[in-house]
Amino acid sequence: MKQLMLGNEAVARGLYEAGCAFVSSYPGTPSTEITECAAKYPEIYAEWAPNEKVAVEAAFGASMAGKRSFCGMKHVGLNVAADPLFTIAYTGVNAGMIIAVADDAGMHSSQNEQDSRNYAKAAKVPMLEPSDAAEGIAFTKLAYEISEQFDTPVLLKMCTRVAHSQSVVEPSERVELPQKPYEKNPMKYIMMPGYAKKRHPIVEARLNALAEYAATASCNRYERGTERKLGIITSSTCYQYVREICGREVSVLKLGMIWPLPDQLLKDFVSSVDRAVVVEELDGFVEDYCKTLGLQVEGKNLFSNIDELSQNKIAAGLGLPVPEGRALEEAIPARPPVMCAGCPHRGLYYTLKKLKLNVIGDIGCYTLGAVAPLNAVDSVICMGASVSGIHGFNKANEGKTDANTVAVIGDSTFMHSGMTGLVNIAYNDSHSTVIILDNSITGMTGHQQNPTTGYNLKGDPAAKVDLEALCHALGIRRVSVVDPYDLGQCERVIKEELAAPEASVIISRRPCALLKYVKHKAPLHVDAEKCVSCKACMRIGCPAISIVDSKAKVDSTQCTGCGVCRQLCKFDALREG
Amino acid sequence: MKTKNIMIVGVGGQGSLLASKLLGKLLLQRGYDVKVSEVHGMSQRGGSVVTYVRYGEKVYSPIIDTGEADIIVSFELLEAARWTQYLRPDGTIVTNTQRINPMPVITGAAEYPSELVAKMETAGCRVDAFDALSLAKEAGSSKAVNLVLMGRLSRYFDFSEEEWQQAIEQSVPPKFLEMNRKAFALGAKS
Repeated sequence: MKQLMLGNEAVARGLYEAGCAFVSSYPGTPSTEITECAAKYPEIYAEWAPNEKVAVEAAFGASMAGKRSFCGMKHVGLNVAADPLFTIAYTGVNAGMIIAVADDAGMHSSQNEQDSRNYAKAAKVPMLEPSDAAEGIAFTKLAYEISEQFDTPVLLKMCTRVAHSQSVVEPSERVELPQKPYEKNPMKYIMMPGYAKKRHPIVEARLNALAEYAATASCNRYERGTERKLGIITSSTCYQYVREICGREVSVLKLGMIWPLPDQLLKDFVSSVDRAVVVEELDGFVEDYCKTLGLQVEGKNLFSNIDELSQNKIAAGLGLPVPEGRALEEAIPARPPVMCAGCPHRGLYYTLKKLKLNVIGDIGCYTLGAVAPLNAVDSVICMGASVSGIHGFNKANEGKTDANTVAVIGDSTFMHSGMTGLVNIAYNDSHSTVIILDNSITGMTGHQQNPTTGYNLKGDPAAKVDLEALCHALGIRRVSVVDPYDLGQCERVIKEELAAPEASVIISRRPCALLKYVKHKAPLHVDAEKCVSCKACMRIGCPAISIVDSKAKVDSTQCTGCGVCRQLCKFDALREG
Repeated sequence: MKTKNIMIVGVGGQGSLLASKLLGKLLLQRGYDVKVSEVHGMSQRGGSVVTYVRYGEKVYSPIIDTGEADIIVSFELLEAARWTQYLRPDGTIVTNTQRINPMPVITGAAEYPSELVAKMETAGCRVDAFDALSLAKEAGSSKAVNLVLMGRLSRYFDFSEEEWQQAIEQSVPPKFLEMNRKAFALGAKS
């Protein structure tokens, strides 16, 4: 039966239908829902791993054991998982294995907009690229066939607009597959130099065989136009934009397999039209390839390699009419994302700002501490970079910043890649202070469990990492816990730990205010007679507080009664109940 | 038929995802090809959010671009004003008159513009503005603003009451069904 499905949900459906038995992933926008949806099928074992490298290696283990496996991540996650990827490209698989990578052109929720197609080329593995939910199902199933036929892991490339758009699909039944027998095969699975040298030629031969396959693959589609004036080579969501604006007079080569590319098909297509244009987001990946074949194509001379594309941007590039709307003349104030009312990070960041500290930041909701009015973060690079970064910062400053610099990292991010940085701090004797913002959940990606929460992906109780014991075990002697709603305690402990002549970890512990089990207190209200409009309560950037008619006002629909603002009011104007 | 475009805009956390889910189900049942595009992740945290709903015989792009929206449904007044350039010349903005201050306004770095409905009309937009929040509260919860807006939106379609009710039933938890039905009815009659 026809139904609407999110692109990510469709990939999960494809996994189910193809008999996938094992899923291991780390959450990351826009990839998270694939794994969450896969976990709803009882036939699929699904888990959150601590990071993408672990997830890929686990999925490879499952493939080696003979079951179809899957691993999903966002584009920057593939950087973390690149190490196993480049070598399982050599070993190949036993049962089929798919790695889905979701790019975020436009950076809706990311720190860069890298183009993951380059990984397929660099790792010498095939990559499929669906353009809607129906292809999400079909290409996932096709990816397993390719994986097993050519003995290779297969990359499935998503992007925000495919991952987070619903379109019409017709699901079918699951095909249950017998487990493939595992046979010991050192030449295939042990990649030490002697064996790996023998595998590399196999990888190159496989790539040639895949290129031959690509020439006739059903996922590469030549839609012949009624005229030969213009031909467009495209894929993914750009195909949909092109079809939106170009009529049937235009020829379109729709690439479902983005690596390896089909040489002869590209040559035939380009020679069949007067003008060939490659429409692709971010890098000129296909365009550059066409040029290595000596083909005359246009592309990045017409469309930017920055930001995502859209039907209007493509129309403008092609010289077609672009509909215009009516913007107001008045400047509309921006509405950037903010920390929620009651967010436990707020009190801690207020303290860091008050103490005028350098704050080496990390990836998560708490990145929002960087924006006004808290402006409390100095740097944000990638998962785990706070803990490693503060060490280098303090060492380079020869101890001069030990007492005025902290690193902040969330519980899930610490599990992902903060631990090794902390080992480095202990091992190489820096006197750095690391604050773990433990809100008992992976927040930004929409509340996923992690090894510190005590629950697994399916919601069942699981082993819970004891953060205090872990930090001790990694070599940190000074480990303390604070409640970020208690500003006095936060300030006292942070000052103490900064002054200590050795490394410290402070765990700022308070569950995310959006978690269902968290009970909120009654909203505060303002005693207008006591409010002198000093605006001290405005310094924390709480979306529930505003100034109305020169008095503070609390929005009772948003306020969680956390009481952080109350601690800032010297006039006792913010009252409970 | 030409593809129709509905944009749903608001502030992260206001419930626009439910509204788009409901519309998607309704339009699919009507036999249209449908695409719904959502934004997840960081911008949901109290930021400006936008959802695209497109339907017709065959829909390609999942997104709506400038000058393309037949209807913009806005959960908040400033958000309606933010997206006017996405409206077609003959399009309509259906907006809640509720004001939610963005952080630059809260911190005093910017002012919440005044007379926004009039300014949108001066710019040539057809605007259908009403207080959806009060109606939602009347229905039982400020969180029912989404269904009040869907009720108001229903005036612009020729779908039957049964079709809307069926889509509502399939989109909201049974526990809140009655309240949401009431909110929808209040919006439709407002």
